[in-house]
Amino acid sequence: MKAIEVKGLKKKYRKTEAIKGVSFEVDKGELFGIIGPDGAGKTTLFRILTTLIYPDEGEARVEGLDTIKDYKEIRHIVGYMPGRFSLYQDLSVEENLTFFATVFNTTIKENYHLIEDIYKQIEPFKRRKAGKLSGGMKQKLALSCALIHKPKVLFLDEPTTGVDPVSRKEFWGMLKKLKKEGITIIVSTPYMDEAMLCDRIALISEGEIMKINSPEGIIDEYDSRLWKIRGEDMHRLLKDVREYEGTESCYAFGDSLHITLKGGEESIGGLEKFAEEKGHGKIRGEEIRANIEDCFMKLMKK
Amino acid sequence: MKQFLAFVRKEIYHIMRDVRTIMILLGIPVIQIILFGFAISTEVRNAEIAIYDPSNDAATRRIAEQIETSSYFNIVKYISSPKEIDQLFKKGEVSIVLVFADRFREKMLHTGKGEIQIIADASDPNNATSLTNYLRGIIGVYQQELMKEQKVPYQITSEVKLLYNPQMKGAYNFVPGVLGMILMLICAMMTSIAVVREKEMGTMEVLLVSPMKPLLIIIAKAVPYFLLSCINLTTVLLLSVFVLDVPVAGSLFWLITVSLVFIFVSLSLGLLVSTITESQMIAMLISGMVFMLPVVLLSGMMFPVENMPDFLQWISLAIPARWYIAAVKDIMIKGLGFEGIVKELVILSGMIVFLLAVSLKKFKSRLE
Repeated sequence: MKAIEVKGLKKKYRKTEAIKGVSFEVDKGELFGIIGPDGAGKTTLFRILTTLIYPDEGEARVEGLDTIKDYKEIRHIVGYMPGRFSLYQDLSVEENLTFFATVFNTTIKENYHLIEDIYKQIEPFKRRKAGKLSGGMKQKLALSCALIHKPKVLFLDEPTTGVDPVSRKEFWGMLKKLKKEGITIIVSTPYMDEAMLCDRIALISEGEIMKINSPEGIIDEYDSRLWKIRGEDMHRLLKDVREYEGTESCYAFGDSLHITLKGGEESIGGLEKFAEEKGHGKIRGEEIRANIEDCFMKLMKK
Repeated sequence: MKQFLAFVRKEIYHIMRDVRTIMILLGIPVIQIILFGFAISTEVRNAEIAIYDPSNDAATRRIAEQIETSSYFNIVKYISSPKEIDQLFKKGEVSIVLVFADRFREKMLHTGKGEIQIIADASDPNNATSLTNYLRGIIGVYQQELMKEQKVPYQITSEVKLLYNPQMKGAYNFVPGVLGMILMLICAMMTSIAVVREKEMGTMEVLLVSPMKPLLIIIAKAVPYFLLSCINLTTVLLLSVFVLDVPVAGSLFWLITVSLVFIFVSLSLGLLVSTITESQMIAMLISGMVFMLPVVLLSGMMFPVENMPDFLQWISLAIPARWYIAAVKDIMIKGLGFEGIVKELVILSGMIVFLLAVSLKKFKSRLE
């Protein structure tokens, strides 16, 4: 039995189709990432899986339980951390945790080993109101609350949105540890760099899954040559490169541009020359290995 | 059960930590009772009166004396010319003027007719009506005195007796009204807002994905407000008995029973609102406009239901506070017991069943 089985899931909100026929499976104990931009349908998918909303079509099973028929059982065995911080701001850290432990019929003591690493970091502030915590600490508290009953499947909807880079890194470290406890983790994120940390990922856009594979596998499937260039005036360079007739695609990535050329052209020399003529000085093209975002962009274009 | 208690405790934390709200909730009943009891009073007391008495004889002096000794009037001026009357009203120095005809007693004895004119400021018509009635009453008393002296063989005296509230105290009327209003406010409005707040904050999402039964979540939310209502019920009753001198003439037991029933009606109303609304704003508007306003206007608290057009009377039948206020009046003022409020109890209980049934049907254990 798989931890999660989803078949032909569809969901419509009035006129907009949030999910247009999604199917995938997640193995037990897997760290599965759902990667996509805002509005791709990630939250809708999570809400269907956590029995919060009905799908229009298709079926979804969590640990073999149907999300419509067996929703009560599912609510016993899953942990859910919604995208928005949803704990009680006027209760202290400790009160929040105690409350959720009691609601799930357990105590902090019973599963303390599970949350120890995470909770230790916020324990010094346990009397502080949850509303007065920093973003990173809020998220650790929310994770502790979602974990306190030792769920079989943990759903994390954009857990790192609005969190500083250091806390993000820590957070993913914690997920790796939880994985060792045998907890299946489904995590969604709009950050492509976090995708590399998952066992397998599903790239989702506009309600459709474009590809499911391990992050490495997805990169290996990238079949064009990819070049990186840098220049003084990046804004103008981007515009000029896009005007170049041999350019297939060109996207800005931080301080550089990632470019693919039409017809799988062997050399970037033509483009380098073109840029020089446009007054960008000496431009050096460097061939690089694609990252997840390159793959995402390419899939989006299809 | 442990879950339920943890939930109730959490809810009490929420309420206790929001100091401003709790102060308002506990303070409103006290302020309203005191306001209605002392400031906003429909009773007439010490109304300013001026008298124009050109005859100044035994009869007019006797009447003036009686006016002076009554607690309703306070003679501020004896005027010497009818021309002053207009001025007095314009300056707002008096609200009523009594004008005797000249040679009042003489004319009365000879022709059998004493002429008196009462001029009242009717910009507040209710006030003017009661003032003239009081004044007529005083004159009527004097008339009877006269008749006794003359030993007229056939006397017709109509005696008015005011039942239950002989002093015509306003407090008898508004204490039940304030009770109805406060309980409705706290139970219906606060409960619905508290539930909808969880929806708005996103915590409902987390709670739903937990083993806790959704219905239990909402009942747990209502418990602290139920307790708050009981505190308010006690304050209002204590204030009205000891500060406003409104006694509980009937059975205290049934008064509390009918109040508890009404609290449950309001809680079920709050529950219903919370199941159909998504934002605190809308919950507040519904409770405010749809519940509070009718309680004030149509329940008989401010205006007697019997005086309303048929259409509004029909609507008022559906307003729980109308029945509650009627029952409270029966017990507190008329001194009736169970037999007097059976009808109200049955109707209110029926409303609970109906409201709970509708909200259970509307209740969603999911987000949509």
